[in-house]
Amino acid sequence: MSAIPQQTSQPTWQHRLAERGVDRRLWLLLPATVFVLLLFVYPFLYGLSLSFQPANGGGVLANYDKFFGDAYQRDTVATTLKIALPAALLNVLAAVPIAFRLRGRFRGKRLLTTILVVPITLGTVLTAQGLLNYLGPTGWLNRILLSLHIVDDPIRLTNNYWGVFFSLVITGFPFAFLLVLSYLSGIDPTLERAAATLGASRAQRFRRITLPLLAPGLATTFLLTFVLAFSVFPSAVLVGNPAGSTRVISLAAYQAAYEQYDYSYASAIAMVMGAVELVVVAIVLVWRSRLYTGSTGGKG
Amino acid sequence: MSGFDQLRLDGVSRRFGTADALAGLDLTIERGEFIALLGPSGCGKSTALNCLAGLLPLTAGAIWQDDQRIDTLPPEKRGFGMVFQNYALFPHLTVRDNIAFGLRMRHLPKDDVRRRTTEAIEMVQLTEHASKLPGQLSGGQQQRVAIARATVLEPSLVLMDEPLSNLDAKLRLEMRTEIRRLHQSLGLTTVYVTHDQEEALSMADRLVVMRQGKVQQLGTPEEVHTKPSTWHVADFMGYRNLLPLKISQLNGDQVTVDLGGTPVRGSAQGAVGLGDDVIAAVRPEDIKLSDEGVKGLVEVVEYQGRERAVEVVLDDEVRLHVRTEQRVDAGEQVALTVTPGRLLVYPS
Repeated sequence: MSAIPQQTSQPTWQHRLAERGVDRRLWLLLPATVFVLLLFVYPFLYGLSLSFQPANGGGVLANYDKFFGDAYQRDTVATTLKIALPAALLNVLAAVPIAFRLRGRFRGKRLLTTILVVPITLGTVLTAQGLLNYLGPTGWLNRILLSLHIVDDPIRLTNNYWGVFFSLVITGFPFAFLLVLSYLSGIDPTLERAAATLGASRAQRFRRITLPLLAPGLATTFLLTFVLAFSVFPSAVLVGNPAGSTRVISLAAYQAAYEQYDYSYASAIAMVMGAVELVVVAIVLVWRSRLYTGSTGGKG
Repeated sequence: MSGFDQLRLDGVSRRFGTADALAGLDLTIERGEFIALLGPSGCGKSTALNCLAGLLPLTAGAIWQDDQRIDTLPPEKRGFGMVFQNYALFPHLTVRDNIAFGLRMRHLPKDDVRRRTTEAIEMVQLTEHASKLPGQLSGGQQQRVAIARATVLEPSLVLMDEPLSNLDAKLRLEMRTEIRRLHQSLGLTTVYVTHDQEEALSMADRLVVMRQGKVQQLGTPEEVHTKPSTWHVADFMGYRNLLPLKISQLNGDQVTVDLGGTPVRGSAQGAVGLGDDVIAAVRPEDIKLSDEGVKGLVEVVEYQGRERAVEVVLDDEVRLHVRTEQRVDAGEQVALTVTPGRLLVYPS
């Protein structure tokens, strides 16, 4: 008799798990989970613990004290934010009108989209070289301006803040554009038509209908391009002024690790970098959570 | 209400690439009318509606509202209300804000907006759902929001694009009555697009039957129902039996055709001559089972409550659809007669 309840309870237990989505197919997640654990979680935790073990002794927080106590190091946070936030914002804001225009079907759309997206494939170094050739002190732009006597001295657009900024826009914009385009095509175009029949002008339709439905997507896009921009490294060196105005935080971490061979201090800087990014991400996500994020009626 | 006395469509055409979606639609809509544009999918009825709304520019023709030409105005300047097939409710706005949207766009005083919105919400019986988002409503409720949103502005013309096609059969019947009631109580002028002939017949004052971008027939429901102008219209209006036959006798517009070896009399609907190939149209309910007449074999019987839909095969392989209250079974031999005057003969 005692065997009977066991037999009936076993399927129930499995059914209950299956109802919550727990079944054998979950094993398919294993490779990805291992991948994340080995290549992200472990290095992160290792770096975190390393950052609390200062190489030159002192307290647990000695590395952090050192970083925040030294204005030259501390300022890298502000420097990086000053480059990354405006660049990410510009990328998103510029992507909206262009994606808006490219939303429908028209001849040459694929070509235009390709041209807009190509910079993704170029890589930072090639972009930097292009920037130097074009915007550098002896670049085309300055040569033209000089020969037309519009300026007397070359405008400095590289090896300073603007060089890094342009580089981030060139590489970050395609990402922002592709994301915004897909968010925008997810919005049912009949909504705007409905608004039009209700008397809304073009501007009102955008402000009252499209923008509120697009805003969560814009927040996500902003975050992704911001995170990309915040970890800027090669272009800060190649087209920036790595000793001064574009001494970004990743550069500080690099110098600590590979010039001073202080891995523990470098880990601490990397942790600060991660924390700053998390703060920005958290602020944007809190703002995003207050928006409408449900269905937008379209195919997306 | 910025009403009009007459809205005149004058050769309204719309071309997509090389295809004429709408070819020269002429129609005069009187104030207070309920007009249904009826036809199979791709017949141009929705194109016509979008042209009226201003959502689709015309490629030829003009639209006149009394003596003002309006086909060049953008949709937001026309002041027509529109109900979309998928409702197109703003998903991020509550029911109340959806309905108030148009009033706010007109910058009406806040009190006015509140009062009229509340009235509209009460009219469509959604008071307890007023602060919900559209995603939380059922299909029928969403439909009512869409109607309230389009009519709260008291537009001079309400356009409806198959508004009931996403609802289940029972709800469709209820909403039909409701839309007609609103049309009358608010004194609206309505243009209603549908592919459902029953819906069009029951709701409209006048029908415009369309096919391949052209108007096939324009008339009252009764005219279109009893005297379809072409066999295409007949096909659409429920004449399920469309039989390719030959005329054996002709006397004025009284013609005789041969149906399964038996001569049957019908009335000509157009120019036909003796010996012509014609198409004879008759409704299933106008064929009766009787003791003598056209002989055939019952092949399929579908029980439909009060009646049965029966498919009968005649000796010459012609199939007839019959509706009858009599009890018949598959495999029975039956004789059929056509109700006099109900067989319409069209040139093919």
